[in-house]
Amino acid sequence: MNAIDSYLTPDGRTIGAPVMEMKNITLRFGGVVAIKDISFDIREGEIRAIIGPNGAGKSSMLNVMNGFYHPQEGEVHFRGEKRGPMRPHQIAHQGIARTFQNIALFKGMSTLDNIMTGRLTHMKTGMLSQIKWWGAAQREETANRELVEKIIDFLEIQTIRKTPVGRLPYGLQKRVELGRALAAEPKLLLLDEPMAGMNVEEKEDMSRFILDVNDEFGTTIALIEHDMGVVMDIADRVVVMDYGKKIGDGTPEEVRTNQDVIDAYLGVAHD
Amino acid sequence: MSANFYFGVEVFLNGLMAGVMYSLVALGFVLIFKASGIFNYAQGVMALFAALTLVGFQNGQIPFAHLINAIFGTDLHHFGWHMPAFLAILCALGVMILFAFLVERYILKHLVNQEPIILFMATIGLAYFMEGFGDLMWGSDIKKLDVGIPQGGNIWLEENTAFLGGEDFYGFYLDNLDIWATVLAAILVTSLVLFSQYTKTGRALRAVADDHQAALSVGISLRSIWVIVWSIAGFVALVAGIMWGSKSGVQFSLSLIALKALPVLMLGGFTSIPGAIIGGLIIGVGEKMFEFLIGAPFLGGATENWFAYMLALLFLVFRPQGLFGEKIIERV
Repeated sequence: MNAIDSYLTPDGRTIGAPVMEMKNITLRFGGVVAIKDISFDIREGEIRAIIGPNGAGKSSMLNVMNGFYHPQEGEVHFRGEKRGPMRPHQIAHQGIARTFQNIALFKGMSTLDNIMTGRLTHMKTGMLSQIKWWGAAQREETANRELVEKIIDFLEIQTIRKTPVGRLPYGLQKRVELGRALAAEPKLLLLDEPMAGMNVEEKEDMSRFILDVNDEFGTTIALIEHDMGVVMDIADRVVVMDYGKKIGDGTPEEVRTNQDVIDAYLGVAHD
Repeated sequence: MSANFYFGVEVFLNGLMAGVMYSLVALGFVLIFKASGIFNYAQGVMALFAALTLVGFQNGQIPFAHLINAIFGTDLHHFGWHMPAFLAILCALGVMILFAFLVERYILKHLVNQEPIILFMATIGLAYFMEGFGDLMWGSDIKKLDVGIPQGGNIWLEENTAFLGGEDFYGFYLDNLDIWATVLAAILVTSLVLFSQYTKTGRALRAVADDHQAALSVGISLRSIWVIVWSIAGFVALVAGIMWGSKSGVQFSLSLIALKALPVLMLGGFTSIPGAIIGGLIIGVGEKMFEFLIGAPFLGGATENWFAYMLALLFLVFRPQGLFGEKIIERV
């Protein structure tokens, strides 16, 4: 975008300065160019969507954002600072949490334990101090547990608190995964196709949770989605990708009327 | 009750204790397999190396003495001290932790995201390297290990159970070392379970075992977890090394106890800590009872050598995931 520091959404929320800026990102796998010279930003408090047909490079983009992939060219700026070469777990400590397209939960662990792992970045006690149960480690565990219980209430998953997540139905697993990401109290929350494979009802639930998260916790969210309809309803701004290139960027209305976007989705032949 | 019945009970008890020793070795395999999906072929050699290092520290041996002597024509062998057992165990533990760190730094780090078979091959290489390195460092002679664990039959138990049977029965004979091994193994397993269930690091360990990518995304460093896991496996190897070394001396054949752990793992499942314990007990009791009831009277004896493998083979046919292992269902 440009130098404006903030803008107002139609529903009256103020969107702040950029949290993350992607500058001229190019990502290659051998000879295949997955992302070609893409720039965009994600601003404080907004819901930013990345859409595009299959194979457009959306997931690759998300993987660049959370450090699973390192782009060959371009810069990632997070909260005003250029990000150096970092490992994914360090990026998690900076305050970026994510969910995965094919749910990546800790299947043998309970819902509660899964969401507690989300708190790891906020836990300070060392290995040795855990040996004694009481004291610092114990207090820390209790404090974190309170927040986790809040998230469980918020996502309405109280009844499955102790269930190993491997046994839960798909829709609930997606919700637990969202809970784990929320537990990190992220500065930026990345959602990789949060509604993939869901029925209409589950999609509506998930949309509501995403909006509520943004509204209640003020969390900045970037999400990838296939389903145009849902995205247009919940996103403040949308980036459209096709064949690794950015073909549109703007509010849902702007994107909807963009000829390149219409072509990409209707499948006009490329030259 | 006849003396024969009590003898059967004694065989059963001895089987349980032998089983504990098998479990100790199998436990090391399970820990590493769970956390990193690696079948660590070097686990047996780690036990040997740990025991060698322990004896070396205790006796004040100079590491690489033979090598130094051969190169410089000197005549070094001992520092001349005798280290207390407790201190020596701590030092040996330190060496195993250093070893875990080096394994991560020079092997695992470079093999992230490789096929399991490649990691397995790497551990085979590691096993042979350690075997040679241990020999070079501490010498290849058979050593006696004594950390003060009482050995020999438990007289108290024998005297106090003698009244059970008739004149032919002299009470249960159990080796003190085996009793100690059982107690230590119980403490070890309990603390491992408590650690993995109730601490932050334990939770991170379980998380890594389930899903590497998800673990990274919540801020867990795979590399530090691997160092921790290999350190714990090194510690378990040290305990197994102490027990087996006290029993039968520290020598090359100690590394072969890994072979006995294989059927235990097939029975208990590669991913289950309780599985390793119960698998070990079943094998221990099974082979002793089979020898006692069927082997010796009808098959001419020496069935202990193959019983465990036979049982593992049956399990592979009828329940490949073991008693407690996770059933692997691949979605097509």
